[in-house]
Amino acid sequence: MSRTMAIFQRELSGYFNTPIAYVFLIIFVMLAGLFTFYIGNLYERGVADLLPYFTYLPWLFLILVPAISMRLWSEERRSGTIELLMTMPVSVWQAVIGKWLAGSAFVAVALACTIPLWLTVNYLGSPDNGVIAVSYLGALALASVFLAIGSCMSALTSNQVIAFVLAVSAGFVFVTSGTPIVLDGVRTVAPEAIAAGIASLSVLTHYEGLTRGLIDVPAVVWVVSMTAFWLFATTVAVELKKAG
Amino acid sequence: MIRFLKDRMSALLELNNLVKRFQSFTAVNGISLDVPAGEVLGFLGPNGAGKSTTMKMAAGFLTPDDGSARICGVDVASEPEKARLNLGYLPEGAPAYGEMSVAGFLKFCAKMRNLSGAEAGDAIARAVERTELGAVLEQPIETMSKGFKRRVGLAQAILHEPRVLILDEPTDGLDPNQKHQVRQLIRDMAADRAIVISTHILEEVDAVCSRAVIIDRGTVVADGTAAELRKLAPGKAKGASLEDAFRHVTAPASGEGEAHV
Repeated sequence: MSRTMAIFQRELSGYFNTPIAYVFLIIFVMLAGLFTFYIGNLYERGVADLLPYFTYLPWLFLILVPAISMRLWSEERRSGTIELLMTMPVSVWQAVIGKWLAGSAFVAVALACTIPLWLTVNYLGSPDNGVIAVSYLGALALASVFLAIGSCMSALTSNQVIAFVLAVSAGFVFVTSGTPIVLDGVRTVAPEAIAAGIASLSVLTHYEGLTRGLIDVPAVVWVVSMTAFWLFATTVAVELKKAG
Repeated sequence: MIRFLKDRMSALLELNNLVKRFQSFTAVNGISLDVPAGEVLGFLGPNGAGKSTTMKMAAGFLTPDDGSARICGVDVASEPEKARLNLGYLPEGAPAYGEMSVAGFLKFCAKMRNLSGAEAGDAIARAVERTELGAVLEQPIETMSKGFKRRVGLAQAILHEPRVLILDEPTDGLDPNQKHQVRQLIRDMAADRAIVISTHILEEVDAVCSRAVIIDRGTVVADGTAAELRKLAPGKAKGASLEDAFRHVTAPASGEGEAHV
């Protein structure tokens, strides 16, 4: 446990040791504001809630979370430090969890930077703060799933750009698999059960409920099982690829 | 028999018939070595002979295709975390987290070794003193010269006073003074430890090693003290150098040989 924490601390401070973290946070907050106020029409809707912000968040995460996850393992492999890390008395599991937690903590910081939006709607009206709190939790859970996918992609290559592209592609599959375009296409060639199965894997299916303040069992199961699966895949990838 | 058992018992590092293949290429082909406490083993061989691959398997980074490695009697493959408690390892090229300061990096390594508080502080102070890194503690590692980076790698390897030290080219990139210091450090640490160093610098064998092993194309071709290895030189002429012996036992691969003609 203490080793997981040591890795967590090193990774998290690693983000803030470079200007990239601050550039990322600024871009994230700017885009979040842009989506909320301009594309999401926060003012014109005349409703004091953060639905426009949370609706666009999965798409924002799709691009920005891979930027956080891409270096987790690629950089270790590129610089050779993976040889140092993996010959210390630590299991691959502990290292994978420590790094993933560090990424999640960084996303939590990014989300915390958008709290002024929450304050704004409270100033403008009286939103359901319970719903917004659950939505923030849901957003963090969603980012954690994306981070687990991204860490697996990062473990597959020593090139951060490739890790980024792979993570965006994989994330895209999981976001779009819940959209009508994909599901209708699947229904024309496959039975409804398969379409329902694909929809149940999708990000949007489960995330939508969370943005309405609803924590239901399928959503929790989805977050936990997706995260566990991709973190497990990461440990396998680290084991298999550390030699090359 | 009793003598044999005693030798086995006291070997801190045991490599038993290690084999590693990369696709169709066999990098290491059945290497067995026992390194008891007090021994500094020089691991020699031409480039590509399998030195680093063997060291990576001994350190538990690569999984061997066959054979086993034991550190202080603990199998590296089946109980990796326990085995690594007694291991200090300097990988090839001395990788370190470049954006960290020397102090930050060593603190991280101490935490990974379950050292905390005053114990960690003492361990870091001792390692910094031995590797003479005191003046650059707050400097980011990526801004340092090759020689300093190598010393940072050495500092993390000796931080927790491991019983087994595996050092892949510990003096590469150091100037003659630094080489001298590192050799002195290795000699000082040798008393109750098993140390393996790889090198292509043959003078290192005379300077620090109590025994040397030459490997070529994945197998051990010579094993003994520097004096014993010298006897392998052709003609066994008096004053034969280690280099003669080395060249004699590691015949160049046919492709390379032709290229030199």
